[in-house]
Amino acid sequence: MINLFAYNIPFISIFLLMISAVITPLIPDKNRIPEKLSCFVIGFIAVLSAYLLYVLTASGQTLSFNFPMGHFPAPWGNELRAGPLEAILALVFCIAMLLSLLGNFSSTEEDIAPKRRNIFCVLVNLLTASLLALTYTNDLFTAYVFIEINTIAACAIVAVKEGPETTRAALRYLVMSLVGSGLVMIAICLLYDLTGHLLMQNMHRAILVLVSTKSYLMPLTVSLALITTGLAIKSALYPFASWLPDAHGSSTNASSAILSGLVLKGHIFTIIKIFYRVFGLEVIHLLRMDTAIFILGLTAMIMGSVHALRQVNVKRMIAWSSVAQVGYIFLGVGLNTTAGIAAACLHIIVHACVKPMLFTAAGGLSNAAGHKKGLHALMGTFYVNHWAGLGLAAGAFSMMGIPGFAGFASKLSLTLASFDSPVIVWSLSALAASSVLNALYYVPAVIVVLTHNKDAHKNFTAPAPTRLYKISMAIFIALNFYLGLFCVPLLRLITRGVNVSL
Amino acid sequence: MNEEIKTIWRNFFNWIMGNGPRPENEVIPPEPPPDLPFTQKPKDKYSRFHEATLKERYSQWQEIHGLHIFSMLYSGLSVLTCIVIVSLLLATVAELPPFGDEKNPANNEVIRRYVEHGGHETGAQNIVAGLILDYRAFDTFGESAVLFTAAVSVLMILGISRRNIFPDKASPKAAQTGENYLLRAPPRLHVFKEDDAILRAVASLSIPAIILLGCVVVINGHLTPGGGFSGGAILSTALILCANAYGFERVHKFFNEKTFIVSSSTALMIYALSKGYSFFTGANHFHSIIPKGTIGNILSGGLILPLNICVGLIVAGTLYGFYALFSEGEI
Repeated sequence: MINLFAYNIPFISIFLLMISAVITPLIPDKNRIPEKLSCFVIGFIAVLSAYLLYVLTASGQTLSFNFPMGHFPAPWGNELRAGPLEAILALVFCIAMLLSLLGNFSSTEEDIAPKRRNIFCVLVNLLTASLLALTYTNDLFTAYVFIEINTIAACAIVAVKEGPETTRAALRYLVMSLVGSGLVMIAICLLYDLTGHLLMQNMHRAILVLVSTKSYLMPLTVSLALITTGLAIKSALYPFASWLPDAHGSSTNASSAILSGLVLKGHIFTIIKIFYRVFGLEVIHLLRMDTAIFILGLTAMIMGSVHALRQVNVKRMIAWSSVAQVGYIFLGVGLNTTAGIAAACLHIIVHACVKPMLFTAAGGLSNAAGHKKGLHALMGTFYVNHWAGLGLAAGAFSMMGIPGFAGFASKLSLTLASFDSPVIVWSLSALAASSVLNALYYVPAVIVVLTHNKDAHKNFTAPAPTRLYKISMAIFIALNFYLGLFCVPLLRLITRGVNVSL
Repeated sequence: MNEEIKTIWRNFFNWIMGNGPRPENEVIPPEPPPDLPFTQKPKDKYSRFHEATLKERYSQWQEIHGLHIFSMLYSGLSVLTCIVIVSLLLATVAELPPFGDEKNPANNEVIRRYVEHGGHETGAQNIVAGLILDYRAFDTFGESAVLFTAAVSVLMILGISRRNIFPDKASPKAAQTGENYLLRAPPRLHVFKEDDAILRAVASLSIPAIILLGCVVVINGHLTPGGGFSGGAILSTALILCANAYGFERVHKFFNEKTFIVSSSTALMIYALSKGYSFFTGANHFHSIIPKGTIGNILSGGLILPLNICVGLIVAGTLYGFYALFSEGEI
């Protein structure tokens, strides 16, 4: 059985972050205390999540539990649900958030005005709380409420760096994201009308009855399509990804890392939950949503990379690469098998660790080149900031899928997952084509950074990277190798989690 | 005299702009050949020149007509998309279970327990208040946090920007790079010009009544229809009316940015701590020390009354905050 402390961890994580968020405006903004407090709280929750993961998996059998929020049991009150998969995701989200904040600690100071930094911390705390709530919740309406918090906070951390570019990007992001929220809201209303429940398992039961009696199939299909579209807009699936490069490319490095690595993942995990906990594999297949998601995923894998090839700004290039990586995740979801979902979850974890590293590295390099973001301006910056150069190289190799790096593990598991599927030819050729395209833009970037530039030391007068930057980059690179080399136990753990949770 | 000064000024301006009188030895370039339409063949003499202008005209065509065609296409497609989505949604709604029918899926055990046992389980006479602040209090906590997030974000974007936030950058260098726009104070949209006696008289009569009504709606939230959200909205209208009648400076004396942050944060923190205690005891099956009280009494409903007050504070502050920030640029 689970001990009392571990049982309360999901609740403690969410509430600790919310309380830390509302305390932050009240504490003095001297010596960057708010930021240190946020980092401490997020780190503490990472430790708690690791402990929860240990408790849930240590005994050999996979455990999971429901946590009622209040005195009333589930269909009447709200409920959280925690299993190994949720615990892993919470752990990864917290680690990636912490490293994004610590790695960009000095660039945050440069980019954001002192008064705004306090509110930035509030938003980061709320964002983490909403990600954890989206991970743990077992209630569709609670998911919607935290999607809203997530949306507003995400738009605000784009606009936290002042300037016309970021304001425009944030507005565009806000409009697109609110369209997504609206669609999700309509879909939830329709689903409630059809099933009479908001709790995921009860909705699943009601939907199975509806499908077996073949009643209300049309509203069911429409609501599934609406909720998928709404969340796909928020998670930047290709045709809806036009807002992403602006928002991720123009904001401050910490925001870019958080948005690309984490915010997208919260929405994608919500889609996975809705597909497999609310509707179920068979119903998704019956309503043909798996095919739609699969095709969109394939398109995103190719088109994201094609767009990235055309970029000259390194941050925009990495941002478009995120679109391609989101395509990989949706490819796994579209396979509509447990192995596919597990591979998609593994890719969520890999991307949540690699993309913040790439953004942190790109920030360090452009800082070394005197705040220039053009790829040509970065020539020789490796010799100014070694850690950033190493991080970019490791991230690029990971995205290409070189064995030993994190991206290889998830691509391998996606490939293996597609062997059981009738669409194997499509998914394998798309994986191959997308890997080649990834190499086409990441290799030149790495070469440019590594090319020795005689004038480099003359032109680049940036301060040396701080110790914090070096440490967080080292942890990022170590995580990258860990995920690449020891993915088999992790994948086994995720598969167990998927079997229990979804 | 006036004309003379104008002429001198014009000459001076021309001299500044480099539009002085032409030098005598200036060579005037020959007139370019006439712009031929696409169908007409150019004369041999001009063929190379024509090729160049063709390219130029092609790019110009894209610039001038391209945008026009794009916007036409864009609006056309938007209308089409809207029509498709609207008809799809209408068709879906037509397929839904009939409104108010007894056998609807929504009329299940969940609703039955809310209606039948809501009163004695939550201690609240108003079932809706019991539902949103006791059964599903976590969602309401999330909703209050949404308001808080939105208010803090708007405060950050509109309130803290453009004020004197980069004092060390007020250097000539910053002026050159265009960063000094950050230092300019925002233009005041509402300049309080004159003493509007009618508005003030009406406001002085109605503001106390509005505040009283707001407080009643908030405090009786667990007994009668109303609660924190609606009562908070009423309270915020009193603040907005006060700002319009007496000027923002008057409101500023008792409700400014600091009060707003402190009240919202404290209210949300009280909500989080008290409801966190309730969630904790509920989930772990511990005994909760919070009494339910007798249904119908003002002190009943467990935590619903304090939570309503918290939500009311957040809503009132946020709504007034939005109004002040969007019209004035500061709270």
